[in-house]
Amino acid sequence: MLELVVISTLNGVLFGMLLFLLSSGLTVIFSMMGVLNFAHASFYMLGAFFGFQLTKWIGFWPALVLAPLLVGAIGMAVERYGLRNTHKHGHVAELLLTFGLAFAIEEIVSMIWGKSPLDYRVPALLDFPAFTIFSTNYPAYKIFMLAVSVIIFVALLIVLKRTRVGLIVQAALTHPHMVGHLGHNVGRVFMAVFGVGSALAGLAGVIAGPALVTQSDMAASLGPILFVVIVFGGLGSLPGAFIASLVIGLVQTFAVALDGSLASALGPLDPSAGPSVLTDIWNVTIAQVAPIVPYVLLVIILIVRPMGLMGTRES
Amino acid sequence: MTTATTSTSKVAADTSGGSLRFYGVWLLGIAALIVLPMIFSSGGSLTSFSLIGIAIVFALSYNILLGQTGLLSFGHAVHYGLGGFAACHMMNAVVSHGWPIPLPFIPLFGGLGGLIFAVIIGWVMTKRAGTVFAMISLGIGELVASSSLILRSVFGGESGITTDRTALPKMLGWSFGSQLQVYYLIAFWLVLSTIAMYALTRTPLGRISNAVRDNPERVQFIGYDPHVVRYLAFCFAGFFAGVAGGLAAINFEIANSAYLGAIQSGFVLFSTFIGGTAYFFGPILGAIMVTYLQLGLANLTSAWQLYFGIIFIGIVMFSPGGIAGLLMMHRPLVRAGTLWTVIPSYLVAVVPTLAFACGVILTIETVARYSTGEAINLFGIGFKPTSPITWIAAAVLVVGGAFIARLSWRQIAEAWDRAATIARDRGYVA
Repeated sequence: MLELVVISTLNGVLFGMLLFLLSSGLTVIFSMMGVLNFAHASFYMLGAFFGFQLTKWIGFWPALVLAPLLVGAIGMAVERYGLRNTHKHGHVAELLLTFGLAFAIEEIVSMIWGKSPLDYRVPALLDFPAFTIFSTNYPAYKIFMLAVSVIIFVALLIVLKRTRVGLIVQAALTHPHMVGHLGHNVGRVFMAVFGVGSALAGLAGVIAGPALVTQSDMAASLGPILFVVIVFGGLGSLPGAFIASLVIGLVQTFAVALDGSLASALGPLDPSAGPSVLTDIWNVTIAQVAPIVPYVLLVIILIVRPMGLMGTRES
Repeated sequence: MTTATTSTSKVAADTSGGSLRFYGVWLLGIAALIVLPMIFSSGGSLTSFSLIGIAIVFALSYNILLGQTGLLSFGHAVHYGLGGFAACHMMNAVVSHGWPIPLPFIPLFGGLGGLIFAVIIGWVMTKRAGTVFAMISLGIGELVASSSLILRSVFGGESGITTDRTALPKMLGWSFGSQLQVYYLIAFWLVLSTIAMYALTRTPLGRISNAVRDNPERVQFIGYDPHVVRYLAFCFAGFFAGVAGGLAAINFEIANSAYLGAIQSGFVLFSTFIGGTAYFFGPILGAIMVTYLQLGLANLTSAWQLYFGIIFIGIVMFSPGGIAGLLMMHRPLVRAGTLWTVIPSYLVAVVPTLAFACGVILTIETVARYSTGEAINLFGIGFKPTSPITWIAAAVLVVGGAFIARLSWRQIAEAWDRAATIARDRGYVA
């Protein structure tokens, strides 16, 4: 039991930090531009596929730098030539544009790389067990993932809180017009923020690719969870997104690891009653329920606290 | 006093002339629905018509949310799917209990299935509009889709619930075994729900929904609760989506978890938005076009979904009113008689725009077929995806087409402005 708790906590924090790499960019973009970027998870997927392809051509370490830069450039192009032109039609049009993009990116990726999972391997340098805990080998690559996520987190915090650039970004979050009047090019700030957010998503993709599955449906499966994270944490709140990422990461990891069901806890139902909704619920294991746990959390938080965990504003 | 009477009589005359045209359009539509299967009687076209009919009901129900109330939902297929399951269970129950309910009443139970879920979940969902509603609808959609795989006794797991529509009591001697009879059943419900949904837009509720879409704050000032209005619109949309799902269940004789999923939700969003959300007939156009393209393109290319994505992005960026919006833009010009001044510039623009489109198609197909080496057949000209000639042709068409098309579109904009100014001077405003 203790082994399960320790390993699951490690994995959960890791998954949570990965989610935060994505949700931080999404949150900053949302609170600045009012655009919920539906294609954010697609940028994560692009990161993974670029990472795979570049690893094949030039090795993992250059890919770790180049792939996020590429994804960031694509993100900037999307902002400059797509969103900026759509802005005049309102937020719904912008959301729909990114929705269409997410759809198109998934199709392009599966067209080029196919629909089956890719053989994206952990680099040889990191392919060893970092430590052994309760007879389980914990891979070094996961520690590396954790380290990268934490470094990015700290760097983001320092940039946002301690530098002049961060000051402008924070000001543009709440008072974009005032920042514009002070002589800053708000359009360029938006483009840069969108690019950095996309690049972070791409980076998450590069490092998550070998550990999770690199497949053309990875954006569609992670995207909804990402939106749960930012609604759960409170739209536009970075600390909220951080807490929500960790909560969802931990809850989901623990749910997957647990194999209990109501039947195993309270004994099987009377078999003469026949199959019904009750027997379905009785026999389902927690691991099977894991995919719906984030959405259940979403519904609960919406009933209890509609603005999200740390949110301050109403929609 | 005299002015008052003349103005009322004038209004009355206007409405009687307008109503003639109004009922004419509806009767024409109904006549077309009756005659269509007699002209195109092959099994394939009957199946297509049935699918299009279902898609139209579904898209119109979606437009109650998106077009009329301004609620962007990413999970509308939930109601459609639950309607389908409700219809399937009802059909099986009718057969096993021997109830005297014939097949044509089954879509009503589908609608109830969609409605009940909307009544339960809608109050929480419609608390807020805009982006938050969109995200919540996405989450609820995923929740229901994943739950449907867990609750096997209700949703039948991966394989779904099957049923037999011919086992139900006959009505007027129709057993609904043939696709033709199913088509007429779908057409009947299509007309019924279209009239009902159109009538809904004319009710005070429909009007206040438009107000909630445009300015919820002012709606609050005049004493309505936008939350209640959104909730009611959500319930109506859920009901009609359920009807569409029930029709689909009758047509396919199966309901499975694919009915509820994100792909189905995306499909209805595409149909509605491509057709145009601002006009009632927009989603009808969109549903016809998207379903028809889907059936046609799927045979031609493996990348057909990508074309949808590109068409959708193009519509969002360049014509947010959809096809209906584009058509209706021309109405003042037609009335003022200035449309002919624009047409030459359209004809000029057709060539480079088509060239650009061909270049895009050639590029996509080259990438899609690069590994298999299967030849591309574009208007009778064969291209090999591995040969550099194809790549050069694609590049020339894309770059050259885009460059010239840009110039010609600028011409259109100028001609359009001139024509619209004249139309405005003559008193015809869009």
